[in-house]
Amino acid sequence: MKMNGARIMVEMLKREGVKAVFGYPGGTVIDLYDVLLETDDISHTLVRHEQGAAHAADGYARTTGKVGVCIATSGPGATNLVTGLTNAYMDSVPLVAITGQVPTRLIGKDSFQEADTTGITMPITKHNFLVTHVEELTTVVRQAFHIASTGRPGPVLIDLPKDVQGAETEFVYPEKVDIHSYKPTYRGHARQTILAARAIRDAQRPLFYLGGGVISSGATAELFEVAEKCNIPVTYTLMGKGSFPETHPLALGWLGMHGTYSANKAVMECDLLIAVGARFDDRVTGNTATFARKARIIHIDIDPAEIGKNVKADYPIVGDAKKVIHEINKKLEPSKKDEWLATIKKWKNEYSPPRRNGEILLPSRVVEEVYRLTRGKAVVVTDVGQHQMWAAQIYKVDHPRSWASSGGLGTMGYGLPAAVGAQTGNPSSTVVLFSGDGSILMKVQELVTAVNYRLPIKIFVLNNCYLGMVRQWQECFYDGRYSCTHLENPDLAGVARAFGAEALTVEKAEELEGAVKKAMSVKDRPTLVDCRVASDENVLPFVPPGKSLDEMILG
Amino acid sequence: MQHVISVLVENRPRVLARVASLFARRGYNIESLAVGPTHNPSVSRITLAVRGDEDILEQITKQLYKLIDVIKVGDFTEINFVDRELALIKVSAPAANRSEIIQITEVFRARVVDVGERNLMIEVTGPPAKIDALQQLLKKYGILELTRTGRIALARGAQAL
Ligand SMILES: Cc1ncc(C[n+]2csc(CCOP(=O)(O)OP(=O)(O)O)c2C)c(N)n1
Ligand SMILES: [Mg+2]
Repeated sequence: MKMNGARIMVEMLKREGVKAVFGYPGGTVIDLYDVLLETDDISHTLVRHEQGAAHAADGYARTTGKVGVCIATSGPGATNLVTGLTNAYMDSVPLVAITGQVPTRLIGKDSFQEADTTGITMPITKHNFLVTHVEELTTVVRQAFHIASTGRPGPVLIDLPKDVQGAETEFVYPEKVDIHSYKPTYRGHARQTILAARAIRDAQRPLFYLGGGVISSGATAELFEVAEKCNIPVTYTLMGKGSFPETHPLALGWLGMHGTYSANKAVMECDLLIAVGARFDDRVTGNTATFARKARIIHIDIDPAEIGKNVKADYPIVGDAKKVIHEINKKLEPSKKDEWLATIKKWKNEYSPPRRNGEILLPSRVVEEVYRLTRGKAVVVTDVGQHQMWAAQIYKVDHPRSWASSGGLGTMGYGLPAAVGAQTGNPSSTVVLFSGDGSILMKVQELVTAVNYRLPIKIFVLNNCYLGMVRQWQECFYDGRYSCTHLENPDLAGVARAFGAEALTVEKAEELEGAVKKAMSVKDRPTLVDCRVASDENVLPFVPPGKSLDEMILG
Repeated sequence: MQHVISVLVENRPRVLARVASLFARRGYNIESLAVGPTHNPSVSRITLAVRGDEDILEQITKQLYKLIDVIKVGDFTEINFVDRELALIKVSAPAANRSEIIQITEVFRARVVDVGERNLMIEVTGPPAKIDALQQLLKKYGILELTRTGRIALARGAQAL
């Protein structure tokens, strides 16, 4: 059948199993939107800023495991996607972004709303395509989804000129997708796997260090089995939250700059560190020279370039975490680590972050109360700042894909649109967003998106009247010179109501329970709870940048 | 140490930009770059001379492989190879120096390809060290203009990169 490019694009999205897309129209994507109008099996969410479309697709992808799709027009629409694409690239989230482009004959002429989208997004996408002939389109879309979702996942962009959307060709679905220069390695090297299993068997003080790769690979069950069978304690990164049940006795919480005391201690004392789908980010390692200095390191990752990039591995294994752990598991016998686990238990009991008494509403209290009243079962999304750290420390996540937070890029404003995506993909789950008074205003317009689509997101703003994370650095490293971090905020509940959301303000700890319950009871629109928390709380423990993980500031 | 690496890529628009952007972004230094077609019209070869230790070379190789359009990356330094570079050198050559310059040219098996009233243009091919040496010798006569293609290389014998 003959179809035009716009129709082919939508037909291909359907064939890729796409159910939801997020976007914002404009001159060069009108043809595409015209087809979407009569497409029932794909829901389109109209956001209010293209950055929101990218973050929403990202939140959708992280919490469903499917590829997230976003659409923007050429020029400013495409450039507005840039932060969202970078965010997804840093956290290896599978996205397909479709951008309109000026007609091919106008490309390179500085035409109206022309931007070099493929040039701009080259370093922030896994790959991108500029489609100049409608005949290539089916293959390009097929390859885009394949590249986005296989190997180490990531965002892929398709730039689609307006005339290509209008041009007609015979629709032929490419049954096979084969890119001969792209063949990710899934099976681990057999000999390396044997050596790694032997190292695990011989270790006295092994420790798992799990990253987001465990979740993308779907390796949680395999890891759970090994950890329990061999009594190996587990720490994880911000991206790895949910890769192992956090309420399990073997879980130590996350590691790094604001990681737990016991996790950081364990890293420094372990004799074998088993890194799976993690990339030794500087926020995790602190000083790499001392990081895990007593340990031999097994590093399992699907991206060969991660191995040896920041820290040298003694047992590098390139492969898919699920397959590699499955192979290693076959070579392991059950074992006990009583002494090591006793030491870890001691560390767990030895320290918890100091806590003020008194009237004042502490940010940690808010997270605790939400955790208690959602019984730890919510899909949790965060923004970026202190509140993100408290959410990560306190809200224990037991299942993969129940946590979405901007890790690598640390993008303030990620939270609200990502929550829109998460709720769209998980309509029957309770979606909770922890945000800050700074972050929420970066993408506050997406409140109306949540209202329009009746998304019952529960938003808790830990409102400390500060860019708290920066304030903390100013306090600790700049003699308390608080330059430009105090915020004169509008009444956030009033703002939320104006958008059509439910809203509450909480000033005292005793009002919390009622407010959380109220938020939980609202089913047809978002609820924003403005929690007026203490301004001067610091996130602890705190490993100053570049220091060793055992140089934590504890209180 | 300097490494000469060969990168076989799909012959597609922007592929050179992808490779160059990768080097810029990751802070790797390119000392020379040459690009051109191969016997297969859908494949181009980019030959890069880069400086770095083993770890950097390993990262460069792995990062290059992450580019979807990159087919094969090889480091010539580890094998037996032939490398060549072409240079055109325009040198000031008044009558007094002319025969001396032509003599030097002959010793290097280089060729005079253009003769001007007060200058000569010399074409020389060879390993980069040979070109460096000629360049050094001609310096005192006054080099007016110079262009070099950058290194290209192929493995010796049946081996292929
Ligand atoms: C887009 C963006 N701009 C600036 C920053 C730098 N930054 C990191 S945390 C932070 C403060 C966040 O403030 P808020 O959302 O109120 O959270 P809090 O730390 O107070 O909990 C800032 C400005 C950032 N991460 N992202
Ligand atoms: Mg704040």
